Amino acid sequence: MKKDLLLKDGNPQQGNPLGGTLGESLRSQGVSRRSFMKFCATTASMMALPPSMIPMIANALENARRPSVIWLSFQECTGCTESLTRAHTSTVESLIFDAISLDYHHTLQAASGHAAEAAREVAMEENFGNYLLVVDGSIPLDNPGYSTIAGISNLDMLTESAKGAAAIVAVGTCATYGGIPHANPNPTGAVSVKDIIKDKPIINVPGCPPIPVVITGVLAHYLTFGAIPELDHIGRPKVFYGQSIHDRCYRRPFYDKGQFAETFDDEGAKKGWCLYKLGCKGPTTYNACATTKWNNGTSFPIESGHPCIGCSEPDFWDGGGFYKALSLPTEDLSKTAVYAAAGAAAAGVAVSALNRGKKNASNKIHIKTTIDDLTQE
Amino acid sequence: MSSVGITQFNIQMGDELTQNVQPLLHEIRHALAALLESGKASIIDLRSIPLAPGEEEAIIEALGKGEINARLEALGPSDIYETRFAGVWLTSHYNEDHVVVSRFIEITELPAILRSQREDMAGALETLNEELQKQATS
Amino acid sequence: MTEIELLSWARGPGLQIATIIFVAGVVIRVLEILLLGRKANLAEAKGGEMSSGLKTMITRTVPDRTTFKRSSVTIVSGYAFHIGLFVVCFLSAPHILFLKDIIGFGWPSAPTAVIDAFAVITIIAMLVTLVNRLTNRVMRYLTNFEDLLTWFVTFLPVITGYIAFHRIGMTAPTLLAVHILSVELLLVVFPFTKLMHAFTLFIARWYNGAISGYRGVAS
Repeated sequence: MKKDLLLKDGNPQQGNPLGGTLGESLRSQGVSRRSFMKFCATTASMMALPPSMIPMIANALENARRPSVIWLSFQECTGCTESLTRAHTSTVESLIFDAISLDYHHTLQAASGHAAEAAREVAMEENFGNYLLVVDGSIPLDNPGYSTIAGISNLDMLTESAKGAAAIVAVGTCATYGGIPHANPNPTGAVSVKDIIKDKPIINVPGCPPIPVVITGVLAHYLTFGAIPELDHIGRPKVFYGQSIHDRCYRRPFYDKGQFAETFDDEGAKKGWCLYKLGCKGPTTYNACATTKWNNGTSFPIESGHPCIGCSEPDFWDGGGFYKALSLPTEDLSKTAVYAAAGAAAAGVAVSALNRGKKNASNKIHIKTTIDDLTQE
Repeated sequence: MSSVGITQFNIQMGDELTQNVQPLLHEIRHALAALLESGKASIIDLRSIPLAPGEEEAIIEALGKGEINARLEALGPSDIYETRFAGVWLTSHYNEDHVVVSRFIEITELPAILRSQREDMAGALETLNEELQKQATS
Repeated sequence: MTEIELLSWARGPGLQIATIIFVAGVVIRVLEILLLGRKANLAEAKGGEMSSGLKTMITRTVPDRTTFKRSSVTIVSGYAFHIGLFVVCFLSAPHILFLKDIIGFGWPSAPTAVIDAFAVITIIAMLVTLVNRLTNRVMRYLTNFEDLLTWFVTFLPVITGYIAFHRIGMTAPTLLAVHILSVELLLVVFPFTKLMHAFTLFIARWYNGAISGYRGVAS
């Protein structure tokens, strides 16, 4: 599949050889109708859509046109691209990549230097208003020199490329919420795509990295419906980020029964009990890991015995420690409590001394009523 | 997953974890009743249900195997067979590495993907015509 | 501010501030009461103070028959929500974990279904106390702003905790943050209101018992 992603010598004219619909393009490649049906069924499953929608998806994909895709990588580790290209070698999912025309991706494309930038510029010009912009990595605002591509600062490249985009897909927690570059103390002044681009529809696909089928699912959704999927309050597609890891976790019954692993090697850990006490962020993390799973459906971190670190949530890196349970204070409260109590004890004694003084003073000015006072006229 | 025997990292193989096996079988029962009554077919996506390790296998085992077993070779293999309950089919799509990419329980008389498809038949007719013409001219 | 930032603030600085105010406030107020001292009793002691004081601390837990008849709603709902609060606060796993982090030791937790049931009991009982307070003419006459405030800040953590557990309306990080913030509000208000009864209750009972014991009468 990686072969399909590579551009031929960076010649942008060859970037979009199939002008027709996706159906025509697949048929010309000898893909049978049954293969297409299998592809549509898998796509529906991938997009977490009900199987009853498969005919509708087939119809839409049949008539979809191949969109041009420009992929920009800023302050990132290439993990998102790795997630996508390494995990899925299967033919079925790779059809999604046949269905798009990836015109610029500086890690994957064969072209380099001026030819690569020329490919991006031509793709932007030819498909102005229609291309899909995919971004991974955060954008440094402190000093534009922190991250540049071909001498162009990330900020400039993003704003320029966003102008003609139909929609932007921010892939990975860096592009969606700033991610690790944005972590305290944020030395580069890293921000997310949404912090810069305000006038385009942005689909956030967070995760460190995101689940590959979630990335392809979003692309499939865009292809199928020609529109962006329904998003939650922080811009994530609800189909994939609609439920918390905790709510979909197969270890949830242990949580409810109060059976927890206390350490990584105790009896509870061996029995596969809930990892809440080991710092699992499942309850506050929204992602599809528990159902979609990783490595072609093998497992997900909790299934391998490690608590969820909440990588698809903003600021997951600064969430008070991966191994600190969610209900725990992030700072040392007992020390605070002891100091507060000691200070307060001193203050309490002082206040009591004042109170005693007041009491004695009022005792002194107290005049006893005598029988004489009562008999006075 | 099960098909390639990838090592199960998780030691937990509980059988009553998510308790989704029984409800799913009931869902199949309702769908089968509806198919008999009104001819309405339905599909259940097994990926859309949270299942603990071993639970998918438990469902497949509960459904058992029936009389028909079909193998499809299209973008990697697919197994489509009727379970021991007539009208309940299990469709497993694999990629070329034999990893499950999607799995459905179809409650229908015949899964649509098993029929010969109009587009493919049109293509087949074209090919057959070409070949006969070639024979006639040679 | 994102919801995760809000949660981080609630778990970090917010909790620190609330703890300082709560601990300092409670310590100062309890010391004030204890160190104020009592006037020397010049009468001859007719019995022991200590045993009578301790006994009263326990016996006052059971309401006498006439009191129960007169204000059964107050007593039943009061007991229900106090027991409920105890179970919910001290027997749910996340709470035990929180306390363990501070005091250094923990204890077994109850299943979530049990906690859930007690949370519902607490919520209902607290609503009953409020309705009773507002509909009963005498109670309403006696009610001031502080009574309503203390009811509110106690009710808030229970209801937000229940909502956070069941994820109603908002996303989990926000719900958890709101729950923790509501607890912080309770901690801050605690030392300056009649919520202090949690600490002063047994001191007051002991004094009552001790006075009776000194006089040689039943408490």
